[in-house]
Parts: sequence; structure tokens; C-alpha cells
Amino acid sequence: MKLAYWMYAGPAHIGTLRVASSFRNVHAIMHAPLGDDYFNVMRSMLERERDFTPVTASVVDRHVLARGSQEKVVDNMARKDKQEHPDLIVLTPTCTSSILQEDLQNFVDRASTISDSDVILADVNHYRVNELQAADRTLEQVVRYYLEKARRQGKLDLSLTDKPSVNIIGIFTLGFHNQHDCRELKRLLQDLGIETNQVIPEGGFVDQLHQLPKAWFNLVPYRETGLMTATFLEKEFGMSYVSTTPMGIVDTANCIRQIQERLNAWAPVLLNEKINYESYIDEQTRFVSQAAWFSRSIDCQNLTGKKAVVFGDATHAASITKILACEMGIRVSCAGTYCKHDEEWFKEQVQNFCDEILITDDHTEVGDMIARAEPSAIFGTQMERHIGKRLDIPCGVISSPVHIQNFTLGYRPFLGYEGTNQIADLVYNSFTLGMEDHLLEIFGGHDTKEVITKSLSTDMDLTWNSESQSELSKIPGFVRGRVKRNTEKFARQNGIAEITIEIMYAAKEASKA
Amino acid sequence: MSINVSETLTFECETGNYHTFCPISCVAWLYQKIEDSFFLVVGTKTCGYFLQNALGVMIFAEPRYAMAELEEGDISAQLNDYQELKRLCVRIKKDRNPSVIIWIGTCTTEIIKMDLEGMAPELETEIQVPIVVARANGLDYAFTQGEDTVLAAMAHRCPECKVWTGEEKEIQSESPRKNSFTPLGEAAGRIRSTTKSRDTKPLVLFGSLPATVASQLGSELKSQSISVSGWLPAQRYTDSPTLGDGVYVCGVNPFLSRTATTLMRRRKCKLIGAPFPIGPDGTRAWIERICFVLGIETQGLKEREQKIWDNLKNYLDLIRGKSVFFMGDNLLEISLARFLIRCGMIVYEIGIPYMDKRYQAAELAFLQTTCKEMCMPMPRIVEKPDNYNQIQRMRELQPDLAITGMAHANPLEARGINTRWSVEFTFAQIHGFINAKDVLELVTRPLRRNNNLENLGWTDLVKGGD
Repeated sequence: MKLAYWMYAGPAHIGTLRVASSFRNVHAIMHAPLGDDYFNVMRSMLERERDFTPVTASVVDRHVLARGSQEKVVDNMARKDKQEHPDLIVLTPTCTSSILQEDLQNFVDRASTISDSDVILADVNHYRVNELQAADRTLEQVVRYYLEKARRQGKLDLSLTDKPSVNIIGIFTLGFHNQHDCRELKRLLQDLGIETNQVIPEGGFVDQLHQLPKAWFNLVPYRETGLMTATFLEKEFGMSYVSTTPMGIVDTANCIRQIQERLNAWAPVLLNEKINYESYIDEQTRFVSQAAWFSRSIDCQNLTGKKAVVFGDATHAASITKILACEMGIRVSCAGTYCKHDEEWFKEQVQNFCDEILITDDHTEVGDMIARAEPSAIFGTQMERHIGKRLDIPCGVISSPVHIQNFTLGYRPFLGYEGTNQIADLVYNSFTLGMEDHLLEIFGGHDTKEVITKSLSTDMDLTWNSESQSELSKIPGFVRGRVKRNTEKFARQNGIAEITIEIMYAAKEASKA
Repeated sequence: MSINVSETLTFECETGNYHTFCPISCVAWLYQKIEDSFFLVVGTKTCGYFLQNALGVMIFAEPRYAMAELEEGDISAQLNDYQELKRLCVRIKKDRNPSVIIWIGTCTTEIIKMDLEGMAPELETEIQVPIVVARANGLDYAFTQGEDTVLAAMAHRCPECKVWTGEEKEIQSESPRKNSFTPLGEAAGRIRSTTKSRDTKPLVLFGSLPATVASQLGSELKSQSISVSGWLPAQRYTDSPTLGDGVYVCGVNPFLSRTATTLMRRRKCKLIGAPFPIGPDGTRAWIERICFVLGIETQGLKEREQKIWDNLKNYLDLIRGKSVFFMGDNLLEISLARFLIRCGMIVYEIGIPYMDKRYQAAELAFLQTTCKEMCMPMPRIVEKPDNYNQIQRMRELQPDLAITGMAHANPLEARGINTRWSVEFTFAQIHGFINAKDVLELVTRPLRRNNNLENLGWTDLVKGGD
């Protein structure tokens, strides 16, 4: 048993549901007790989804516990097949079904004989993998299933597209700025003259998956999800992939150079020419993106040697660490990730760019580390933002887990050249806010005149008796002032000098809309 | 699909495929209510993830709750449950020094049959902190019923009542056990009236309410010269009310049927079956019922209710004649529907996770008379609803307002159906005369929003217009 207040990565089924609900016309059925469909709330609230989340539960209750699910799961799948006609139904196990050890594969086999949809069982074990690993696995499982199906039906088309093309793998729902990143990547690829063959899973159709091998290569922007699919495609179809995250100026250039290399494996034959992106990289770096210029400007000079701490998923934490250290001259006291399963890769990436590396999924360890390091700014998840609030250190959010404010309506990619601008803003704003705060403290605040009262009226003939005062103190801070004002207004209007609890209630009652 | 409007209340039961919160969410408001408690949820990452996301920012404010996260070793019994729990509870005692630790059993502890009730007394004596066990799991309960299981468990731990003299106690113990479920009826009023004056009849209210709302209800009763002798739960665990034979109890929330049963059967309290104090009509009926059972004549209640209604006029003008559909997820639905019908709204359907017809008897009867008095059709009450079917019905009925969970709110809004999140009714202050306004504030918010955006012409915001 582990005493836990907060976790960075969610349970396995969340990963499966994120992949399933990112595809179009795919329905997930969870084998879970009442209340485990909280995923629907997150998707509907955080992503502000307009459509009903295609996830339902086959509810595990007392009866199921006593007699087993029997027909229930199969019936639920058959029903969903009739109601929504999905292309694919993904039966999703949860922690509960992990312990019940029902033969879910059997249910899937039975359901697939009676429904028009394809039916698969997500192959994830709650106690072995977390949300990110499960997402990676489920995506691979779906891709594998449809490619094998296409092969059986002889529909598999292995010829490459005429023009250079790419699959973007691993963009999905509830991902950190994934929608914006996807748009930025497509724009970048278009600039490079590369067509986007497919984006999976977000917005993809499973019955199109057999077209995946037509692309010249695969691009996996985030390490957490998509690598398994990419390696599967490499093994089965010899498709090469690029897994350098194009985040920051240096790595975006690296990524483009790797793309160039992959394309040149085919380009001389298919296009009769070699591809060279160097001039594009140069133009973008020096003049289109503002980030390279920013790092030369005096603003950035002021950041030199300032201390920062970075924590997040492997992809974002590693990239941000490199950007801070190499591109902005900031000293990274500690870089860390909660992706314990990817420890080796992470260490290799950041070891020369920070003083210390922290691999943990315990938020108290992260908090202690930040308190010890006393950085000028933190770049982390929502959790680090709250640690920063407590320690009075500004924080830029760079990775999941995140809240609704990180699902911005405006265009905020982290990848590509526009991403470098966004990151520069984020970093600079975090530090200057910290600096401003500090200066204010030194010079004693904006206005050194002592504030006597918060209210603007000086009419002091009202007294609050001790009972009503304690009642007032129970009211949450953010409305207390208003309640106080309303009550006093009411008392004045009615010529009452002493405010009691009864007066407070009467005042609330009297206040109209 | 045909939708019949019937003359009497109809009860239906669907498939139970509906969205609601897991009952462990009760820790969110209970840890704030009971200031010296610590809630330990014994469950998996799934439970933790739910709490973390559902409670949003609260999680960062050094909450007095935590997960005892079960790992593979716990599931396969390679680790000793007792030793593991002891290790965690010793640490909690050291870090937080709570007056009580409440273990919340979850689905997983049920399935692996972890004997929390068995371990608690032993560990309690070992670490010298009371341990209360509540099984608030998704296998058996929905959302607010979590509070019910916690309060029922706490009812066992409340001190024994010492109001009665020894002589009386003997008389009591000789009489046969009176543990029938029937809420006190007409006869109840005279049971004790011969021996004691009215202020010696102790009245304990049960149900967790914010401190201000609790004292508001208390002062309403006080103005009828009834003093509340205690609340379950109290602001601090150490102030738990005394219970026992002769103590009158009354619920303030519709989802507390287990607590009511426990108070009657195990603690020998007398249950006052009343409608719940939600809305001015409900509050008046609640007070009247209590006064009636305690043999007190009410004073000025009718005028008080009327004054509140007069104050609500602006809201009432906005909702009169509008229709509402409750999808059902928190068991407050019957009381809210009854209030809204009194406000002049038409209720098509009351979805509800679980309907205890005995505990809610007075509320159901009140709903029926309200419908008759307002000349409104009786709504259908759908227990264990099926959200998919409900959405089909809603497409046909096109209600002016759907009261629904957050999973459906945005998709329904995108299809031009106004929604109000049902969860807000659980967290907002909705009890008593004073807070009637807050209920209508919530109900009318989407309608007021519509009035503001009326002429913009973009109500249907899904492609293909399905």
C-alpha cells in the first residue's frame, strides 16, 4: 500500500479510452462499477467536447459480483452496435475487472459473432501499466488488428504515394496542447512539401488504417504514445520513423534533418532528386521564428545563469530542459520526469544540461527538491504550479497533468517554429513576473501608504456582535466582503446599530436578484 | 416512443447505465465539514484519479484525505493488510493528529474481501485513534449515498444519550424493542408528553450541511422554540451528538436512508418522517412536521413562506411554464422537482439513482399534492435510468432545461438544450427559507444566459445537426 495524495499519470484504462475516443466512430465499453466513467466528464469539460463521449460502462454491481457478468457485457456490446453502429467496439478492462478475472476475451469473441462492428479487448493490465503506457499499447493493438485484417482480405496496399508523405502518430484527446501541435506539424510538413497521409488516432477512421503503409515514413512527436506503433510498422513494413520531438529551435532543426534523411532514401528513385532543407531551416530559424533572435536580445541576457527546475512527462521535460540550457543560457538545477518506465532515455537526454536528475512519481519528493533548489522559476505540471504558489515561485506549465486553463481556445503549439515563440513567451513571462515580484518587495509594494480599511465608506456606527463576527468568519473569503457590505447596508436602511446573526440572515433574505 | 402523462406517480426502473459520481466523492465535503477528521480511501489508482480530477483545486490545499493505494502485492495478498494499514495510519497520526480516521472501503476492497470492519477495532486500540469504516463503493451506491454510508457508520460511534434518568431507562429496557420502520405518526406526539416538558425532548438533525446553513436551520427551529440538541455530523468529531432511546431525529437530505435506519434500529431513536427543507415549501413542511411530532404549535410559518415567495418573484417570472428534465444522479431530484413544480415549472421526468419509498414517503406525498394543487401532470420517476434512452426521450420532448451530469452537459448544450450541472445542487447552499433563492439562481442561470445571447442565432453548434 502507498499513501498517495496526487498522481501524475492516471490508471491504465484512461489511456485506452483516450485512444479509443480519439478515433472517429469507435466506441469503448468499460467493464467497471458505477462512477468509473469519470473519463466522460474530463473529456466533456476539459476538451469542451460538443459530442457525447463514445464511452459507456457495462456496470459491475453486486449481481455481477455474485454471478459473474454472464450475458451482460455481450448484451451491452450488441446494444451499442445497434444504437450507434460503430466501426469498432473496444472492451476496456479496469482495476475491478483485473481482479475479477472474468474471461473478457470470451465475451469479445461472442459479441463479434453477433455484431456488425469489429470487437477487440484492450490488452492492458491495470496493475502493470499506467495511462501513458496503456495508450501506447492500445494504439498499437488497434493498428495491428486492422493491418492484419486488411492483409487477410487482401486489401493491403504497400505502394508508396507519389509525393513524399508522412503519418503523424500519437496525437490524441486530452493530450497537452495536442490539437495545436498537430496543426503546427501539418503546416511545417506542408512547408517541406510533404503530404500528411494520416494522423492517428485523433480524427482517424479505423477502416482507413490499412492505408498507413502508403506513407514514406512515420513521425512520432511525443515519446509517450506512438513509439510502439512506429516500431511495429517498421518491423512489419520496413517503414522508418522519426521520433525526435521538434520542440525548440535546435531540435526542430534536428527533426527536419532526420526527415530529410528518411525522404532521401526514396527521393532519388521516386522524385529523381535529393531533398535539401538546410536553407529552409536557416530562414525559419533566423527570421521567421523570433526565438533565435530572442536568445540574443538583452531580455534573454538578463536570464543568464538564473536557476530553473523542470518536471513533467519525458518528452516535454527533456525538450524544455534542453531549450532552457542550450537556447537561453538558463541554469537548470534539476530536471525530472514521472515517466519511470522511460528513465534511461530521459537521463541520456538531459544529463549534460542540468545539475541533477530526478525520476519519481511522488509529488512530495518533487516539492522537497524545489524547496531545496530555490529556483527563480519552475517549469512543470499543474502540481508544480501549486507547489510554486506555496513557495512563491512562478511556474510555467509545460506538461500534463493539466487543468482546463491549459486547454486554450487560442493557438498555442509547443512544437515547430511557432512553438518556439510560444515557449519563449512562456519562459520569459515566468521569469519577469518573478523579477517584478521581487522588486516590489524590495521597494515595499506599489503604494507605501498604509491601508486602514478595505471599504471605501467611513461610516463606523455599526457593531458586529461576537456571534455574528464568528459567523462572518465562516463565510468563504471570496464572498465575505460582499456579505459584510450587504448586511451593513441592510442594517443601515433599517436603522439597526448592532448586527446579530439574525440580521445577517434577514439581510440575505431581503437581497433580491 | 410515446410519453404518457399519468394521473398518479409512476415508478419505472431502467438498465442503470447512467453517469454519476463515485460515492467516494463524499470525502470532498465531509473532510471539510468534520474539521478534525482524516479520510483514508483504501482503493486503487482509479479511485485516486477520480478524486484528484473531481475535486480540482481542493487537492492542493493540504487536504485531510489521502489514498491508501493498493498495489499488486496487496491484491494477491503477498502483503499483510493489517500491517500495511497500520503503517499508513501511524504516519497519518504523526503528521496530522486527527481525532478520527475514517476508512472508505471501495470496490476493490469489496472484491478482495478485505476485512476493514474486522481490522479497525484492533488497530484502533493499538494506535489510540478512533477508526470508522464506511463502505462507499460504486458496486452498491451512487454519489451522495457515500455520505449516507459514512454517517451510518458514525451513528454507531456517537455517545449514548444520558437525558433520561435511571428510572426511566429501566422502563425503556423492559419494553419490547420498538424498531419498526414506520416514521412517527400521529401517536408519536404523546409518547413522552406526560413526563417531560417540550424542551427536554432532544432533537438531533442528521445530514452534512455547511456550518452557516446548519445554523440557519437551527435558528428557524429556534423561532418555533425548538432547540436542536445536536447534528450528525457535528463540526468536530469529538462533538458528535448523543443518541439513544427517546431522541428524536430528522433528516435534512433525501439520500440518508441508511443513516435513518441505523438511527432507528441500532440507536433506538425516533425518526420524524418529513419532506426535506429544500425550497420554502419544503422548509415549511419540514418545520411543521417536526413541530407536530414534538407537540408544538407553529407560529407565523405561513407568512414567512409567503414572504420568501414574494422575494423570489423575479425568478419565478422567468421559469413559470418552462419544462425541466432531471437525468438523475444525486438523489436530490424528488425534492428539487417538487420545489420547481411549486414554482410553476413542468417536470417531464425525474431520473433518480435509487428511490427509498419509505424514507422519502413524506416527500413523495408532498410531490403528489403539489402536482395536484398546481394542476401539473405527475412526472414519471425513473429509477436507475439509462442515459442513452433518456437522451432519446429528451430529443422528443425538447425540455427547456435539463438537469444533468457534466458528462452530458456540453454535448446537450451543443444541441440546443439548456443544461444545469446537477453536481452544483450538491455543493451549493440549497436548504432552508433563506437559500431558496440560491436554488433558483442555479436553475435560471442558463435561461438568463439565453436572454443575453438571444439574438445571436447560434444555438445549434454540432455539424450535421443531429
